[in-house]
Amino acid sequence: MNPREFEYHAPHSLDEAFSLLGKYGDESKILAGGQSLIPLMKSRIFSMPHIIDIGKIEGLRNIEINKSGARIGSLVTISDLESEREIAELFPAIHDAASQIADPLIRNAGTIGGNIAHGDPGNDLPAVLVTLGAVFVLRRSGGERTADASKFFIDTLETDVHHGEILTEIVIPRPGKKTASAYLKAKKSAGDFSIAGISTCISMEKDGSIGSIRMALTSSGPKVIEVTGLEEICKGKKDYNSIAEKVSVAAVSSAKPSDDFYGTVQYKKKVIGILAKDCLKLAMERAEKR
Amino acid sequence: MERKVNFNINGKKVDLNIDSRELLVDVIRDHITLKGTRIGCDTSNCGACTVIVNGKAVKSCTMLGVQADGKEIITIEGITQGEELHPIQKAFMERHGMQCGYCTSGMIMTAYWLLSNRKNPSDEEIKRYFSGNLCRCTGYQDIIDSVRHASELMHSEEEKIVVEQR
Repeated sequence: MNPREFEYHAPHSLDEAFSLLGKYGDESKILAGGQSLIPLMKSRIFSMPHIIDIGKIEGLRNIEINKSGARIGSLVTISDLESEREIAELFPAIHDAASQIADPLIRNAGTIGGNIAHGDPGNDLPAVLVTLGAVFVLRRSGGERTADASKFFIDTLETDVHHGEILTEIVIPRPGKKTASAYLKAKKSAGDFSIAGISTCISMEKDGSIGSIRMALTSSGPKVIEVTGLEEICKGKKDYNSIAEKVSVAAVSSAKPSDDFYGTVQYKKKVIGILAKDCLKLAMERAEKR
Repeated sequence: MERKVNFNINGKKVDLNIDSRELLVDVIRDHITLKGTRIGCDTSNCGACTVIVNGKAVKSCTMLGVQADGKEIITIEGITQGEELHPIQKAFMERHGMQCGYCTSGMIMTAYWLLSNRKNPSDEEIKRYFSGNLCRCTGYQDIIDSVRHASELMHSEEEKIVVEQR
């Protein structure tokens, strides 16, 4: 089905996009890869009088890896993210998540910026970027600011992007030594959204004990949820078996899933508990090898 | 709202006036009248509408026609050379990679993208690349066989060309 009537704009520069955003204000919406937005427009769950397609703007498709980490343009596609070797090496959780988002054809069109700015709690990259301590660059006419991934997601389909701003870059700090990440996802069928997903990032001390740990959940509440109380459980611990159960309980008690097509609350909590243990194990194994 | 677009489809330049609301698949089928690209689920699940845009396979039901402005598109009609079928099409016939045939053009376009990236994909890779294309008849095994056979045919054609050049 076709979307409702709208006026289409295809600016060639950010400045042109900012002036369109200024002109049409609340009546405009940014379109990137369209893999989330177009299905909503087609089903007429969403409509907007002005659609501003940023796909023709140059300079938003770069992946830059340097000493301080990675800078990823918001129009980098999920499949480019998936196939970038250095990303997989530095941030294995990004590779884990990117290779499981929807299906390969959707990944060819969908973008990292769209996956974030759409604010869907079922999208996989928000949880990963929260655990990696990413920062989002939001540009506006004549200026820019940064927003921490952990504070960016406000509610379902609601983020900290203000009117007139465009998410242009994702900045991820380079992980220290003995630091690794992992992302796991349970789903009903290939290409589907998850029943639940979990991202973990662990830093080990020189003696092999856990120095710091972050975990965040996908499809487990109105927005991405960071698991709390992990430092107390894990700090200074070396043995997976001594912490796995407690970490699992912490993940389940942080989660706020609801009953839906993907399962009951009880079932989802069980899934989250299992994923938490498995993801902890995988991240610990990866960190030890670094 | 009407808007002018121009893009390259199967090697030909087209200039069109289309409604901003029109999906790429409808532009291909109704304006350019190439009917090989199918509409299956119309909800980005089934992959019957798969086409190549700027070298990558995408679902043309989940792209606006206006987004294709300035791009290069290849559809199932664009992979044949005159009356000669593409090796992937031959492989699907020889290995019977279809029953009703509705999903086939999408399957072949995904195979076209896969085999342009990987000359000799493993069964696991084939399955992964095809996770966005649904077939409700074959049970997929014949499709996987067809893709593997297509990669062999494409290898032997390449060898033939090398020999002829010598």
